[in-house]
Amino acid sequence: MDAAVLIQRFPSARVLPSQDMPTVEIPASDLWAAVRFLRDEQSFDLLADLCGVEWKDRSARFGVVIHLLSTTQREYVRLHVPALGDCVPSVSSLHPGANWHEREAFDMFGITFTGHPDPRRILMWEAYPYHPLRKDFPLAGIEVPLPAADVAEVTGQTVEPAPMMGGPFVSLGGHFSEGEPSALDQSWNEEKPKA
Amino acid sequence: MGCSPNLPKTTMVKSDFGYNSKIEGEVIVTRADAVVNWVRSNSVWPMPMGLACCAIELMAAGGSRFDISRFGMEVMRFSPRQADCMIVAGTVTYKMAEVVRRIYDQMAEPKWVVAMGACASTGGMYRSYATLQGVDNIVPVDIYISGCPPRPEALLDGMMLLQEKIRNEGGSLRRTFRGRTVETKIVS
Repeated sequence: MDAAVLIQRFPSARVLPSQDMPTVEIPASDLWAAVRFLRDEQSFDLLADLCGVEWKDRSARFGVVIHLLSTTQREYVRLHVPALGDCVPSVSSLHPGANWHEREAFDMFGITFTGHPDPRRILMWEAYPYHPLRKDFPLAGIEVPLPAADVAEVTGQTVEPAPMMGGPFVSLGGHFSEGEPSALDQSWNEEKPKA
Repeated sequence: MGCSPNLPKTTMVKSDFGYNSKIEGEVIVTRADAVVNWVRSNSVWPMPMGLACCAIELMAAGGSRFDISRFGMEVMRFSPRQADCMIVAGTVTYKMAEVVRRIYDQMAEPKWVVAMGACASTGGMYRSYATLQGVDNIVPVDIYISGCPPRPEALLDGMMLLQEKIRNEGGSLRRTFRGRTVETKIVS
């Protein structure tokens, strides 16, 4: 399918430069109709992926990227959907597989999918106050109480920030050897036993 | 090295060791701790808390090649009420921590916890907002097993260390947890 077909049907859409597959930016108001058009009239019958994105250089802070696959024509199309006030229409009525993807995008980015049949979090627990994949959320996390109050009371444990620095996978800097890794004590080996 | 032929050969006589009913009158004298610990250490019933890839190695340890039943531990019980050793095999997220703790609470005393692998011991490579940095933050851990994931041999080694620990437990009828003493009563 050429992206022009979609542009012709939805004049508000706009083609984006892309290396691999036709990529179209669709306003949120046209998303549902566009996905239905692609499914019913252009044979894009499989929703391969749906994920939330936080853009830094666009007018909309959040957006959704949808990959659709045509199993008969063997081609993909990618839809960029800028969120309108952090809201995007749900397409899970067209592709039931979008259900959990949309819940994940809501959980991680706080994008609300209008018309979603089950708009709960999917990864973090319900009472978690943040959306962790937002750019202003630190990877280490923010201290909040454990999900279960009684467990928190017995163990005295909270959800603790775990910064990479101080963890096991951060080098403290300084000089890095360029030689082969070897044992510190090389006075003995297989042929010459340790004294 | 090797055996020297000049050493006198010792002949083992059956009555030199073991139990002689004629002398001891069909009574064995031992410490209650030793008996209780012997029984407990040879019938550890694990509760497989399989949360990630470590659980695959845990399954391998249960298979015929590694055969955890050689140590009396093949009775994996998926009900915490029938198990006395929780093997935490995998990454414990904060969302799952509640479940791990509840299942631990449902196990009957005496109970032990094995943290299998890097994630269960320290959080491992998951140093993030979602992962509990070591299951010992919510339950008392007896044995930590390193590895990512540990080989089944490492798990067996850890379980044998646990057996060793159980055998050497003093006051095996009493356990303390966070300052609270739990007495186990013998009803005869």
